[in-house]
Amino acid sequence: MSATHSHRDMPFPHRHLLGIEGLQPHEILGLLDRADEAVEVSRRVEKRKSVLSGRTQINLFFEASTRTQSSFEIAGKRLGADVMNMAVSQSSVKKGETLIDTAATLNAMHPDLLVVRHHAAGAVHLLARKIGCSVVNAGDGPHEHPTQALLDALTIRRHKGKIARLTVAICGDIAHSRVARSNIILLNALGARVRVIAPSTLLPGGIQNMGVEVFQDMREGLKGCDIVMMLRLQRERMNGAFIPSVREYYRYYGLDAEKLSYANEDALVMHPGPMNRGVEIDPAIADGPQSLIREQVEMGVAVRMAVLEALAAHLPQN
Amino acid sequence: MVHDTPKPLVLSNARVIDPARKLDAPGSVIVADGTILAAGPEAANQGAPYGADIIDCAGAIAAPGLIDMCVSVGEPGAEHRETLASASDAAAAGGVTTISTMPETDPVIDDPALVDFILRRARDTAAINVHPLAALTKGLQGTEMTEIGLLKEAGAVAFTNGHKSVKNAQVMRRMMTYARDFDALVIHHTEDPDLAGGVMNAGLNASWKGLSGVPREAEIIMLERDLRLVGMSKSKYHANLISTSDSADVIRAGKKRGLNITAGVSINHLTHNENDIGAYRTFFKMSPPLRDEDDRQAMIAALADGTIDIIVSNHDPQDVETKRHPWAEAEDGAIGLETMLAAALRLYHSEQIDLVTLLAAMTVNPADRLGLDVGRLTQGAPADIVVFDPDKPWVLEKSAIKSRSKNSTFEDARFSGRVLRTVVGGKVVFEHG
Repeated sequence: MSATHSHRDMPFPHRHLLGIEGLQPHEILGLLDRADEAVEVSRRVEKRKSVLSGRTQINLFFEASTRTQSSFEIAGKRLGADVMNMAVSQSSVKKGETLIDTAATLNAMHPDLLVVRHHAAGAVHLLARKIGCSVVNAGDGPHEHPTQALLDALTIRRHKGKIARLTVAICGDIAHSRVARSNIILLNALGARVRVIAPSTLLPGGIQNMGVEVFQDMREGLKGCDIVMMLRLQRERMNGAFIPSVREYYRYYGLDAEKLSYANEDALVMHPGPMNRGVEIDPAIADGPQSLIREQVEMGVAVRMAVLEALAAHLPQN
Repeated sequence: MVHDTPKPLVLSNARVIDPARKLDAPGSVIVADGTILAAGPEAANQGAPYGADIIDCAGAIAAPGLIDMCVSVGEPGAEHRETLASASDAAAAGGVTTISTMPETDPVIDDPALVDFILRRARDTAAINVHPLAALTKGLQGTEMTEIGLLKEAGAVAFTNGHKSVKNAQVMRRMMTYARDFDALVIHHTEDPDLAGGVMNAGLNASWKGLSGVPREAEIIMLERDLRLVGMSKSKYHANLISTSDSADVIRAGKKRGLNITAGVSINHLTHNENDIGAYRTFFKMSPPLRDEDDRQAMIAALADGTIDIIVSNHDPQDVETKRHPWAEAEDGAIGLETMLAAALRLYHSEQIDLVTLLAAMTVNPADRLGLDVGRLTQGAPADIVVFDPDKPWVLEKSAIKSRSKNSTFEDARFSGRVLRTVVGGKVVFEHG
């Protein structure tokens, strides 16, 4: 990115990052520019910065997640924060503690940054209203997963040099996907053309009015695409309720070389992970030359550093 | 069976009825290479292809072979009741040249390999065309959808839960939604299982007989629910067996709303009513149950005005083991392949419906709904033809029944109208006498 076009120093006037919704395009670009720098920091031997020095970051995960949680942990540590992971894993929830009780408990610990994943849409918003620190949404039910969309955008931009006017197909379980929602909003904000490809049972109602073109036929949908984003199919949806079987899903919606050949020749393949090889994607594609899947993980750390850093500007100073 | 190309065939001096063209006129049917070359008045003066067999129909009707889209066969799993071969014989004798088979076998036809099995067995043992219907839910349990895409690729022409309704509306909605992606037809038996509960039509008759009743509302409510789900999912839907005047009204209203729906009725509900049950004659036990005379008349009227599109035999072979029980414990079902046409002609003889409309409901309508190229006498169509004398009297004797099971509601019944010849793919597969 040339300095003249940089949005790096644009103000980020938000106390929390609860979703992509509500972000201005220049704010998104600002975060991506910061993240580009963070990539460089992360590739150095000395990776440590001191922006969050003395700050406490709590990762509060009501749903297990290896990738996102460790990514936030590394991001916080590289910025100098004291990071603590709280895997709630239903333990206190089982004991009857409500989300509000949890918030009160956390408040007493005086965190500066709270990273939350929860299985219910809107839970992170509820916490943000009840807690005295900055909150980052690390995924709330099927609602939003803003840092995933940001890391996807960063990965795309670093390869294609832009987001605008690219055609991006999001394939799979759109209905239950927070990744899909955040990406649809972000990609539209930055001027990409967004398509969704899925059986109708895995599409949310009103999808045609969500700023996307809708396809049930994967070959049709992939024609002319620059980016193919595959989504994970949750195990509980595989056997009869939403789709009849894994083998039928793979036949019509699994990304293999034949289907991918309908996309542009230089199309790139992404997946938020964890993948079901042989369910939504052929291993040969997942690990093939068009795949950006491993790189997405690296970009995840950089994007989270950028987000934490941007939010730090709003933390009360001594 | 080796399908070598049969000799050319000319059916001359016939009254040719082709409902697809609304044609009813004297003429001939010329067949070569297993397909129709010409049919109707224009075919009468075209002579005959070299080496053709010429059959003088002596004024009898030549019409497209009938299509029966609701046929239960015991293969696989209950071959003692009916095999594809015996069903084929029964069908041919009844002028039926194409059947679609219900998936309620053992095992249930819910896997592509089983669709393939039916098609292979039919190819090897049946003289008529057989198109499997696949199960809409795994094991017909009404909970998990089947592989509609793979089953359709394997050759399933439509999807049904057999003679059981899918009770869970959410499951039904999702299946309709999924089926739409594959342009698959959903055929549904509309009877709420909880409300149905009984063993014959609810009402005075059931009360006097001491039998628990199946209220008409069990059908009406399920049908109304289904049509709302069709509206939501924009799917393609066929109500397999309707039996009440209100059901006809529901269909009528649904069609008016522009839904992609059709309705079927069994020949039993057009020709019998609950009084025929008499002294607990279990051959008349079926699902939906036989209704009262008003409902029967409403079915005929709905057929005549196009509300009901399709007549089926609902052929369901049952043996003594399943039928010779007290009424409440006996199985549902009656055979019907051999008598569907003759019984349907009763409506023509009673002047309640014209022949073209009546035959359309057993030829081009089911063909179009299932996406088949049969059921018409247009040039190039497969030469599946029935020749019948609409007035010839006969009596159905049990010993003459070709089906392996003998549970006919028409035993010793008198008919006017007899099948003389049945042709499949240009080959004569049945000849009377």
